[in-house]
Amino acid sequence: MTAPTDADVVPVTVNGVEVEANAGELLIDACERNGVYIPRFCHHPRMKPVGMCRMCLVEVDAGRGASLQPSCMLPCTPGMIVDTESDLTKKAQDGVLEFLLINHPLDCPVCDKGGECPLQDQTMAYGPGESRFVEEKRHYEKPIPISDTVYLDRERCILCDRCTRFASEVAGDPLIHFQDRGSQTQVNTFPDEPFASYFSGNTVQICPVGALTAKPYRFKARPWDLEEVDSTFPNPMGDRVNVQSSRDRVLRIQGVDSDATNWGWLTDRDRFSFEALSHDQRLVTPLVRGDSLGNATDDGDELVATSWAVAVERAASAITASLEAGGAESIGVIGGANLTTEAQYVWAKLAKGVIGTDNVDAQLGDGLPAQVVTALPRNTISDAMAPGSAVVLLVDDPKEQFGTLFLRLRHAAVEGDITIVELSPIASGLGSLVTVGAHARPGDVGAVARAIVDGRTDVEVGGVEPAELQAAAAALAARAVTVIVGRPSVAEQAGPIIDAIAAFTELESVSFLPLLRRGNISGALDMGLTPGMLPGRTTLAEGGEWYRAAWGTVPADSGLDTAGMLEAAVDGSLTTLVLLGADPLADFPDADLASRGLAACRTVIAVDIFASSSVANADVVLPAAGFAEGAGTHTNLEGRLSPLMQKVNPPGTARADWLIAAELAWALRADLGIESPESAWAEIERLAPSHAGATVEQVRAAHDGLVIPRPDDAGADRPAMVSFSAPVPTEIVPVDGYALRLVADRRLYDQGTIVQHCASMAHQSDLARISMHPLDAAALGVRDGDLVRVTSARASIELPARPDRCVPRGRAVIPLNRAGADVRALIDLATVVTDVRVATL
Amino acid sequence: MGVNSYLAHAPGYVDNEGPKIVTGRFVHEDSHTLARSLATGGYDGLKRALEQSPTSIHDIVRDATLLGRGGAGFPAGVKWGFCPPGVWPRYLVVNGDESEPGTYKDRLLMQRDPHQLIEGSLIACYALGLSQCFLYVRGEMALAQERIAIALNEAYDAGLVGTNILGTDLSVDIVLHWGAGAYIVGEETALIESLEGNRGMPRLKPPFFPAAIGLYGKPTIVNNVETLANLPWIINNGAAAYKAFGSETSPGTRMFAVSGHVKRPGVYEVEHGTTTFRELLYGDNYCQGIRAGHELKMFIPGGGSAPWFFPEQLDLPLEARPVGAAGSMLGSGAIVVMDETTDAVKACLRVVRFFARESCGKCTPCREGTSWEETILQRIHDGLGRPGDIDMLLDIADNISPGPYPTAADEANGLDAVPFPPKQTTICPLGPSSVAPITSAIRRFRHEFEAKITARELIPVEATGP
Repeated sequence: MTAPTDADVVPVTVNGVEVEANAGELLIDACERNGVYIPRFCHHPRMKPVGMCRMCLVEVDAGRGASLQPSCMLPCTPGMIVDTESDLTKKAQDGVLEFLLINHPLDCPVCDKGGECPLQDQTMAYGPGESRFVEEKRHYEKPIPISDTVYLDRERCILCDRCTRFASEVAGDPLIHFQDRGSQTQVNTFPDEPFASYFSGNTVQICPVGALTAKPYRFKARPWDLEEVDSTFPNPMGDRVNVQSSRDRVLRIQGVDSDATNWGWLTDRDRFSFEALSHDQRLVTPLVRGDSLGNATDDGDELVATSWAVAVERAASAITASLEAGGAESIGVIGGANLTTEAQYVWAKLAKGVIGTDNVDAQLGDGLPAQVVTALPRNTISDAMAPGSAVVLLVDDPKEQFGTLFLRLRHAAVEGDITIVELSPIASGLGSLVTVGAHARPGDVGAVARAIVDGRTDVEVGGVEPAELQAAAAALAARAVTVIVGRPSVAEQAGPIIDAIAAFTELESVSFLPLLRRGNISGALDMGLTPGMLPGRTTLAEGGEWYRAAWGTVPADSGLDTAGMLEAAVDGSLTTLVLLGADPLADFPDADLASRGLAACRTVIAVDIFASSSVANADVVLPAAGFAEGAGTHTNLEGRLSPLMQKVNPPGTARADWLIAAELAWALRADLGIESPESAWAEIERLAPSHAGATVEQVRAAHDGLVIPRPDDAGADRPAMVSFSAPVPTEIVPVDGYALRLVADRRLYDQGTIVQHCASMAHQSDLARISMHPLDAAALGVRDGDLVRVTSARASIELPARPDRCVPRGRAVIPLNRAGADVRALIDLATVVTDVRVATL
Repeated sequence: MGVNSYLAHAPGYVDNEGPKIVTGRFVHEDSHTLARSLATGGYDGLKRALEQSPTSIHDIVRDATLLGRGGAGFPAGVKWGFCPPGVWPRYLVVNGDESEPGTYKDRLLMQRDPHQLIEGSLIACYALGLSQCFLYVRGEMALAQERIAIALNEAYDAGLVGTNILGTDLSVDIVLHWGAGAYIVGEETALIESLEGNRGMPRLKPPFFPAAIGLYGKPTIVNNVETLANLPWIINNGAAAYKAFGSETSPGTRMFAVSGHVKRPGVYEVEHGTTTFRELLYGDNYCQGIRAGHELKMFIPGGGSAPWFFPEQLDLPLEARPVGAAGSMLGSGAIVVMDETTDAVKACLRVVRFFARESCGKCTPCREGTSWEETILQRIHDGLGRPGDIDMLLDIADNISPGPYPTAADEANGLDAVPFPPKQTTICPLGPSSVAPITSAIRRFRHEFEAKITARELIPVEATGP
């Protein structure tokens, strides 16, 4: 984006009217801002101008006589006289459009872009009306696949350079390029190198013609049949999207340009995830245990379809039975991070205010404690990447997990004056754009952060050499630092990460962006779907009184987290477990504990959209509404609230999560007093200390959303919000010279429920491999592709190996949730880190 | 061998009488070797330059009014002064991507006397305080590349290039870069893109000319091969001696490549500005006239991009300004002569086809327009033209280059010449270059186009059936 370089205002005359442009602003932008639209194809506000299509030629007199100039490349200068309607301009526009159309096929009736095509629109508005071209048009094979999801029709291409610029400039994947020359110029991939970018779908969205089409949308709808609504994609970034549907089916998701978050971009995984919504394996009706004849009997082996009344009653009686037998502590709730913020509040109210249990956890052992996350001073993404600032990365690879944040980071690193210090155990997809790669050994990151903050950089700490420590300290010095923090590896406990956070809080100017997995995790932590917390970033101790007055009851003591609940289930003290869109069997780092825990529970109640492995073993299954099937509010990593809108109806009798909670409460003879997401939000705004002053109207009205807590002191009379206190530092585990320290990270395409239910993505999940530094591999006698046995103190697994220069010495990386081998078998949650030994077979 | 003749070892070059500034060594068969170069005063200019301050060398070049030989004819000494102060490093890029149709003078300079070019480049680097020079040589010029590569190795070994040249503080590295054979890379910003490893496509200028933001975003001076080849002589003999040749505004000599229907086509070193086209084409010392029994129909005065001239313009001097005022340009000094046997439509088609093939594909009007022009011309030439085709061609041309296009005065049509250069809807002048032959040919020989269109032969259709 070409932002004005300074606030100086430059007078420019456009069509005889004097308007104000910002100094340095491009003429095309200044005109548009002042209500004069100049047609264009290649110009895109988020990419550098290239001046290729020549559609934006206008007659400009900048003091040396009037001439045709490309307004997309011309910065405004004082006294510029512009005529966008002169005969010369019109002739040039006519000419360029005629040139663009001579070889453009007139297959608009079968083109996906027809109806929303800038070439169509601008031909109608500015074009010559008819063609004088009588020759044969240019022909290419049409269309050709350039990646797993994107098709290219070179006949339709008008060579505007948007997709190719996106690939090289924005995504950093320069895999498509111009080839040949003259009128034979074409966009194409290089031989045997597909456009395998995580962001390829964006090129389809910005293509000004129908040259690039995406497999999931091809021939699915005509644009004029689509209904659309602006919404938020429920990922931790809170990407703004436009959801488009036809005949009650979501058919396309497009990015919406929001300055604060995604700048209009989306990752392919999010963009094409709507395929899962209409998958025929969606849960469409409640299920309960029954016999093979479909009769709902308590002791049946099968899950059989039933009515909501029966299913809710069965769930309620199980909860009542547990309450009577073992008290509220015998009931637990796992999950809820993918719910809307309203539904999270309603479930928190049901669990803590009605049932009275604090055994509630939205994270499955792969997050950070809410007492830490919600207590940290937060920054916004834009401020974190403002010129002159510094960013510390202590998270999963953003390219793999948080794509749009990766694009923002990449842009800031390329264009802006920011420094990036990477403390994560392995290098991220930012590659050489990172200022300093201080890749701390798992378990030692607290000590590394401490050394950088304290300036003790003369000796090696945690696998980081003094040179890197010094460089990291220098890169952070005298800059506003934002620490983007999450859990880079589940094979490393949260303790060392929290120690690192504690060290960074001592920096002079520091703020945080907690970047945890699962869509609305920030909302879940804010709403108290976590042990010891209540809605609005307040603790049981601090806010107990306040919420007891509002809700009637609140648990007295802090409850169990997911691991604790599963252990309690195993020892019999927890008998009823509610899974809110959670799949512990596949998603909890200790698969064995999850399976023993779920098996030991008397009743498992699952609220989900797909029959995951955990759901298949549940006793009561309640089908929930998915994305775009219900309305609400999303909370992103900044604490930014933005609206989630309903576009289609849930399948079958599936219901919104908040409604399921309300029904269940009613069956428990309690009235939550909530009738709609809006009424839930009104209660949140009225009660939650962090949400004071953020009304639903304000959230809906703000294009870029609303960051909480609001700067005013509307919540002054409410309980204090949690504050950060550094825990006792985790002890550093000595290095075992014969072992490699395990990093279990995540990749974009894995065996996750949504990915596996999207036809265009399911096959992109690769097999699990163990990566290690080539020198470590050589020392072990391991070559690329060799099958190796990886052994931890707990178990051993076999999988192929891959030497990888990006992995630091002494570490081994195995991605989670990939077919072939389950790395979770190696991990012992009770140890700070996991060391593994690798042997060839 | 002798004066006024072809040299067997320098095909294409005609050794004529007259001052020799850049082709002096061509008579020697081994002129490309370091030994011959040193034996005939090679690198003396560099030694002399090193005895003076860089500023004074710059002053001499500015004083000599050495005009750029690449086509635009901009004074090299003035161009050198355009680098923004205080921005380092800076680069010198030698444009050896000579590919204008009809031009082959730089190829001869690089093949026959690579050390003169190296010496000239070193003098320029010394005057500008540069330590890095890139020699960009067109892909197809295999012999030139080979000779320059050998010459560079010889010069490095002799301490003439590299660190501490000739024992002084001057250190310059020269990198030889082989192009991939794209005409557009002769345009300086496209050349810079290509040199950076990108696809050779022109950058928009203004706002930034290469002298301000060029190679790798740094100030870059791009000079033509012949321009730099002049420097050793100028330093050796001084600006005054240089200005003794040629006219006041265009001093020195210039190489002209004459091809086509003349008795003795070839490259000539000619006094700049004082010689006329007539002298060059008809003079005994030069081309010796149109081939026997024929007469001049038209000639292209400055390479394929230039609007055509006709017999009326023969008495114009070989100088940029009067040629520009008459509606064409001297360009890179390539004169293509066509006699009355030439089919104007076919000649026009041939030149347009070149530009259609060589368009880089960046700007829509050039990418689509040039090949459209080609197909229409091909159709007319094949006898399949339509009545409106001529005006349509002119209108398409107008969409690439709006407004009146410069052409030589056509008294028959009562039109005046429009001075060069034309307006353009494209970034670089390649698109408008394709317009030059079209407007020239149609303005002058519209009847030939009309004849082809009206004389079209209908395809006989045999009636069958009842």
